[in-house]
Amino acid sequence: MRVAVQSAPFDPGAEATAFAASVAGAGAIVTFTGLVRDDGGRIAAMEIEHYPGMTERAIAAIAEKAAGRWPLADVLVIHRHGWLVPGEAIMMVATAAPHRGDAFAAAEFLMDWLKSRAPFWKKEIGPGGAEWVAAKDTDEDARDRW
Amino acid sequence: MIEVLYFAWVRERIGLPREKVETAAPTVAALVEELMAREERYALAFADLAALRVALDQELASFDAPLAGVREVAFFPPMTGG
Repeated sequence: MRVAVQSAPFDPGAEATAFAASVAGAGAIVTFTGLVRDDGGRIAAMEIEHYPGMTERAIAAIAEKAAGRWPLADVLVIHRHGWLVPGEAIMMVATAAPHRGDAFAAAEFLMDWLKSRAPFWKKEIGPGGAEWVAAKDTDEDARDRW
Repeated sequence: MIEVLYFAWVRERIGLPREKVETAAPTVAALVEELMAREERYALAFADLAALRVALDQELASFDAPLAGVREVAFFPPMTGG
């Protein structure tokens, strides 16, 4: 399991390749990459704040929860903080399992939990100013379905 | 002495990211009351507790949780990661 919380950009392709090499024989790998959207020009940049220390602990706890639930060969979570522009990768999860069903389910589980249980806060910067992104009830619902 | 941290708009409203607080508050809610009584900016930041979350020593907790033995309290809005 690897958890990386960083301000530096990362290369999702290179990360996926390295992850695949480290779990040779797993059978199924699912990767998800989240990008900064521009929302039709409404978002010029995004600033992501986090809680150093708690962030790493919370993500590791979520990854361990997933590992306890599905037969995962490995889990990777990368999440950036700081200043990002549309098109940049914010975060990535990768899961490896013997079969695809478990790899897909674990990746979705990780995403749903990271949304509302990892201490990140997004601020959107647009032509009209800056605004904190509000948490959505649907995020809680998505997490509760697990 | 407790280290109190603020994030996102809570940090912006209060105007600082962290501070040391001398308190004998038995619970998070009691600490919030003490902070709110200090100054208007604290009262504004804590006006709607339903819009806030709290972590004790980096674990999510509730506002009625006890503070005994806690070294670090953090207040922040609901998280928006992913």
